Amino acid sequence: MTNDDSKALVIHRRTFLTASGALLVSLAAPFEWAEAEAIGGTTRPPVGFDQLDSYITIDPDGTVVAYYGRIDGGQGLETAIAQMVAEEIDVPFERVRVVMGSSTVLDMGGASAAQGVSQSGMTLRRTAAEARRLLIDTATRTLGVPADQLTVTDGVVHAISDPTKRVSYADLIGGRYFDTKIKWNGRTGGALAVDTPAPLKRPDQFKVIGKSIPRRDIPPKVFGRMEMVSDVRVPGMLHARMIRPTVAGAVPVKVDEASVKDIPGVRVVWIKDLLAVVAEKEWNAVKAARALKVTWSESKPNFPGNEKLHEHIRQAPVVKRTIQRENGNVDEGFKQAVRIIEGEYEFPTQSHASTGPGCAVADVRADEATVWTSTQKPHGTAACVADLLGLPHDKVTAIWKFGTGSYGRNDQADAAADAAVLSKHLGRPVRVQYMRHEAIAWDPKGTASVNRSKVGLDAAGKVIAYENISKAFSRQDMNPREQAASDVLAGHLLGASAKPNLIFEIPVASYTFDHGRLGWEIIPALMDRASPLRTTHLRDPFGPPILFGSESFMDEVAAATSTDPVDFRLRYLSNPRDRDAVRIAAEHYGWQKRPSPRNDQKDSEVAVGRGIAFRRHFDTFIALIAEVRVHRKTGKLDLVRYVCSHDVGMIVNPETLKAVIDRQLVYGTSRAMFEEVRFNENMVTSVDWVTYPVLHVDDAPAQIDIVLIDRPEAAPSGAAEMCLGLVPAAIGNAVFDATGVRLRRVPFTHERVKAALDRA
Amino acid sequence: MAQQLTFQVDGHARSIEVDDPAMPLLYALRDELGLINPRFGCGLGQCGACTVHVDGRSVRSCITPVRSVEGKKITTLAGVGTPEKPHPIQKAWIEEQVNQCAYCINGWVMTAVELYDRNPRPTDEQIKAAFAPLICRCGTHSAAVRAVKRAAQSA
Repeated sequence: MTNDDSKALVIHRRTFLTASGALLVSLAAPFEWAEAEAIGGTTRPPVGFDQLDSYITIDPDGTVVAYYGRIDGGQGLETAIAQMVAEEIDVPFERVRVVMGSSTVLDMGGASAAQGVSQSGMTLRRTAAEARRLLIDTATRTLGVPADQLTVTDGVVHAISDPTKRVSYADLIGGRYFDTKIKWNGRTGGALAVDTPAPLKRPDQFKVIGKSIPRRDIPPKVFGRMEMVSDVRVPGMLHARMIRPTVAGAVPVKVDEASVKDIPGVRVVWIKDLLAVVAEKEWNAVKAARALKVTWSESKPNFPGNEKLHEHIRQAPVVKRTIQRENGNVDEGFKQAVRIIEGEYEFPTQSHASTGPGCAVADVRADEATVWTSTQKPHGTAACVADLLGLPHDKVTAIWKFGTGSYGRNDQADAAADAAVLSKHLGRPVRVQYMRHEAIAWDPKGTASVNRSKVGLDAAGKVIAYENISKAFSRQDMNPREQAASDVLAGHLLGASAKPNLIFEIPVASYTFDHGRLGWEIIPALMDRASPLRTTHLRDPFGPPILFGSESFMDEVAAATSTDPVDFRLRYLSNPRDRDAVRIAAEHYGWQKRPSPRNDQKDSEVAVGRGIAFRRHFDTFIALIAEVRVHRKTGKLDLVRYVCSHDVGMIVNPETLKAVIDRQLVYGTSRAMFEEVRFNENMVTSVDWVTYPVLHVDDAPAQIDIVLIDRPEAAPSGAAEMCLGLVPAAIGNAVFDATGVRLRRVPFTHERVKAALDRA
Repeated sequence: MAQQLTFQVDGHARSIEVDDPAMPLLYALRDELGLINPRFGCGLGQCGACTVHVDGRSVRSCITPVRSVEGKKITTLAGVGTPEKPHPIQKAWIEEQVNQCAYCINGWVMTAVELYDRNPRPTDEQIKAAFAPLICRCGTHSAAVRAVKRAAQSA
């Protein structure tokens, strides 16, 4: 979802609520009565966005089932959603079962923009509240008690004054259906919203929301009982391994099947440019993939190589330039300025590099297909497979399973597409398991960029003009919602053209300057088809590269004007939630006001500094302070302490939220300190954990303090990708504070930090 | 030529026929015996997602030839404890709510179990040394260290 969409949605939601308030006053009574009489049908209405039963049903034993049309990538959404539903429908948390993900459930957008709670959780809260209202209405007739004299305790409707007058949800509707239409905004995915007459509970009524209930998915994981997509076995299933070229763009021209004839049960599948081996036994497929002799076509990708990539980006022509936000008269502002400061920051190509390489199972029949996948977007995957196979969309079912963390649109969709193509060709179910090199060298990448900032200061040192422009590859060579053949590797190998969306984006602009301009420039992709460097969403798709630039630059300007970095930010932030995030982090850290850098460690081999970075992402407000120890001789950085203030609005589950932030800050540290996809003129050379280094246990921050700012009256926002983008700037600013040296390129490897220190 | 191999998995004697005794143990456990853990992460011994114990020692099953475990005792994550009778490390892991996706969990818990069974009160340095080779992409590293310390406190 883009920022623009989200803004539109927020406005839409507000008008929607106003309209629903009015509706409640004028229409509520007759509407309720008519609908209440209808509940309890024995036939399940077809799945539809305007059908209450597509969101909530009640089992014969009274268990409430919530249909969550998204997935959980490992952050505990199943539990959070169950809490929100239990709260509104008034059953114990244990009595809510959450059905997640598969394409047979409504499309609520898969995993996207950390909206699981803020969008779909709220939708399910509203439908749960509506279900409760309808159940009470039905109970008025069963019990002969008016609705305003009834309440619900643990799934039993009873008279407030006489608890013996009672009827359970199980008795009212268990195993049957509401068969009730609800008002739907006509949009799907992340923009889906419903309007129901039932009011939501107030924070002072909460019994389940706000409690740190342990996650449901953790015990089965800890006891080795969690079936993931890689564990799916279908009778008659073949194991496949894909064969990839060692030079990007090369396609098979000759395949020597005799080279694998001694490995039992192996078949080679070669369709257009797609090449794979399959075998009855998985190990034989692995061996065959290693042994198969292939002659590849000549290909000369002429990639610039990762060391010269940013020079390439600077020189490359701009194919699209968008100024996404402008206020005042920026050119005039710069003319009036008495001092101009400019700064440039480089972010590398990064891989999703999931712990589990892509894996999927497909069973394609003559006129229908099923795929088992742990993609973020099961509905998209189903559409993509339908497009690839030429099947009607409704004949393909994507069954979502838990799997490896994906951190965006990783290689899961490519695996599902490969499995579907192979299963169709072979007439048997096929399981595709990518190898490690595929998960790093061939997954779609997060784009590299150069971020340029510029400010103009007046005579008093006030920033009057600000400009921030990213120059980068598009972040969407492939649609992050893989819904067509053009969105997956298999599609390209079978002849579909890539359909890039030329876009970068800007984060929310919180700072207020008299004249401001934020935008981006897109350069041509390095290879337009089946590229190992093709881009799509990597967790927080444009946050880390831009925030590394913009929040390092804020610090640069603060230093240039001898201003304390916290004071500098507060001077240009006016929203109270923005200001609170910065202020609370500083207070918790024990921030001593002074300009950076410190000047008292010039002669010491080890220097310590602190740095702050701030952002707003949707309605989540975060400040991160990093304390870093710099070893001048080696360039090694010790991450001594992080303090993260975090305002997500209403908090559903505080301990789970803290865990999401804590683990995410470690993940963000890996991207800031280690991660860069290496490639030469021919191919990506990052193929394993040696050539794509990531954080290990010793590299994690020694201490992370998380300060949750709870605002129960504010709508819940998201958390799952909100803070990681602050890590590079917070560390870089701390290094500057310690040493006076500015880090301008991620990742901050020892060698690169040492080189920056030596240049100073 | 097919070869018969016998070993113990989670307390049960198992016998399999393999064409290739050099096949990594991981494929025997998953493909032949139908276990849903350990997991394939790299096939290179670089990440730990495939970790099992062989006679009480952590090994990377993705690079351990199946013939080398003939007659030995293999323990997987599913064999170290149950919800009714969890290993102290599993109990601490749940209390600490360590995991996100948990694809890597076999490496972390099996390493921690081996460490704990030999030394229930390890120092921070010993815990980090044990965890040093392991990959986790969700960022659960420090939470895993805290879980071992939590288990140590109740040891």
